[in-house]
Amino acid sequence: MPEQKVVETDYLLLEAPRERKFITGSQAMAEAVKRANVDIAIAYPITPQSETMHLVGDLWAQGYLKDYYRAEEEYGAMSAIAGAVRGGARAFTATSGPGLLRGLEAIASWPGHRIPAVLGVLTRVVNAPLSIQPDNVEISYLMNCGMVVLHAENQQDVFDFTLASFAISEMVDVYLPIAVCTEGFFVTHAKGYVNMTPEDMKLPPRDPYKAPVPPTDCEIPPARIQRDAPVQKSNFMSYLIHQVWQQEVWSSNMRAMKYIYKYLNGPIEVINPDAEVFVAASGCAAAQAREAVRYAQMEGLNVGLLKIKSIVPFPSKEVRETLKNAKAIIVPEHNIVGWLAKEIKANIPNSDNVIGRPRVYGGMTLPVELIMDEIYAALGIKKDKTVLV
Amino acid sequence: MGLEYVKISPGFEKYMPKDYVDLVKYGQFGKQIDVQQIDQIKELVEEHPMCAGCYMAYFVRIFYASLPKPEDTIVLGTAGCARLALSQAAVPFIYGNYGDTNAVASGLKRALSIRFPDKIKDVVVVAGDGGLMDIGFGMTMHSWFRREKFTTIMVDNEVYGNTGGQESGMSPKGVQLKMAPKGKKFDKINAVELAKTAGCVYVAKLAPTNPKRIAKTIKRAILAARELGPTFIHVYTSCNIEYSIPTERVLADAKEREKNDFGFYEWMTDEAKEYLEEQEKKMAEAKT
Repeated sequence: MPEQKVVETDYLLLEAPRERKFITGSQAMAEAVKRANVDIAIAYPITPQSETMHLVGDLWAQGYLKDYYRAEEEYGAMSAIAGAVRGGARAFTATSGPGLLRGLEAIASWPGHRIPAVLGVLTRVVNAPLSIQPDNVEISYLMNCGMVVLHAENQQDVFDFTLASFAISEMVDVYLPIAVCTEGFFVTHAKGYVNMTPEDMKLPPRDPYKAPVPPTDCEIPPARIQRDAPVQKSNFMSYLIHQVWQQEVWSSNMRAMKYIYKYLNGPIEVINPDAEVFVAASGCAAAQAREAVRYAQMEGLNVGLLKIKSIVPFPSKEVRETLKNAKAIIVPEHNIVGWLAKEIKANIPNSDNVIGRPRVYGGMTLPVELIMDEIYAALGIKKDKTVLV
Repeated sequence: MGLEYVKISPGFEKYMPKDYVDLVKYGQFGKQIDVQQIDQIKELVEEHPMCAGCYMAYFVRIFYASLPKPEDTIVLGTAGCARLALSQAAVPFIYGNYGDTNAVASGLKRALSIRFPDKIKDVVVVAGDGGLMDIGFGMTMHSWFRREKFTTIMVDNEVYGNTGGQESGMSPKGVQLKMAPKGKKFDKINAVELAKTAGCVYVAKLAPTNPKRIAKTIKRAILAARELGPTFIHVYTSCNIEYSIPTERVLADAKEREKNDFGFYEWMTDEAKEYLEEQEKKMAEAKT
């Protein structure tokens, strides 16, 4: 491994030179971990696994990380991450589908314990019936626990979001875990161009004393709230303490937004802001939406793209502003429940204009034609059905 | 370094609560105390909300008085009775999700080893039979398989006491408890043999009848875990409520169980034996 030098966070994320590589999403995530000065990674080979955590293991073998092990199961992995972060280390793990759900109790308690860890979520079907393909319903389970949830469209996003997440999660006014989600297989196993910072530069190490809740390391007095469950005082105390603590967690979550602006160029991306019809999407669906918008523009249709990068905190203001004149908002998704469509509906006044279609699930691909059909329908354009098979 | 954070900054003595001043002046920090001096020192844990006559509360007192380096010790617990007293002590305590202790301790100990390679940082799990042998079983076993360097102490009250008296894997066969209305169908899990098989370097089993011996056992388990690998102590800490043991009979019950199935048992690897002999010799020399 090359000797890595620590550079300022802002320099690495915003100014450092970039080199273009053609790599998979899993490689992009590992390349970000390589540059993030991570102390420890803990992994479980849940079915279905991507090679992300193998690559991170290789990083440890090469000396980029100080510790790494294969955990007994996801609950153990996520709990050990909590232990390592409370001990003052910078920690990373990644999981998918069933593994995420198995570890969910531990993960859902990270924000309340103020655990600034980074979690890769490489989405797959949640059983049953069993499929191991990329369906992203699992993201909906993450949306209500207080952690920051980012959704990456492609390999470049995976690299940028992951690297920035280490910095954002440890900001004193945030100090929360961040999930970097992307579709398994479509992004993790496929290659794309990624502009990466130099391999010999890394983020500054974690300073666990720059924190709203100190580490438990016998170097500094511990935070009473963490050790002493309020429930054992009285029910009255426990609900009051839980209330104010969770209010602070969610306020901290909202404060992540300014860093999403600073390091990730904002929570949304818009193409053709004056469009009559918008396709609003996140993750892999945004890539297909982007393609549909390009087709539509080639056909002279006034269609725009709203890509949402940050699912939690949700960019309510930005989404409302972008969609204020939209006649129709098409929301393609890789899951059956339509969590993004629901979130958009809940955040705009003209929610009747939201079309929660097309949805593919079980891990099917999302053909651009399906989005085009919705665009034609929204614009009242009649097209002959073309039967492909 | 631990001592630095427990000490009171100069000039602040008069503003600190008397309890804390006493703890620093007359407590265990930075000293080796004999467990029989317990009534002459300011104890790390003094108040707790556990039931009258609870033998687990007694054990927790002895446990804290036995720590070889309380100022550099982190205790982990889980849902259950023990954490009610554990969390009241002047020692950092981590309370996570139910049954997660040995996974959290694995991550914690590794983080501390990365950050402080040359310092002693003792990590000790004190959790119940339900937390360690039922819900957290896989994580307990795998922390041992992985040879994680921390101590696990199982305070076995043979029941889910805190949730209202349900059967646990450590309840004796035949006992009628909630969720076992027809009596428990299988034997107590043999935790001691599991610990030996899974790679613990020091394993002990005891009923808390002899405080000097408890203290020695706890010190040994913590010292061996520092250097060599996982250690385990299985302690009988009866639930006088769920098992209807009259308060004045609690000690007699422990003595009876000691005679029957909780006789003092200690096992260690040759390496641990050699290491502990050497350490104990050093400690004896330091005393004289």
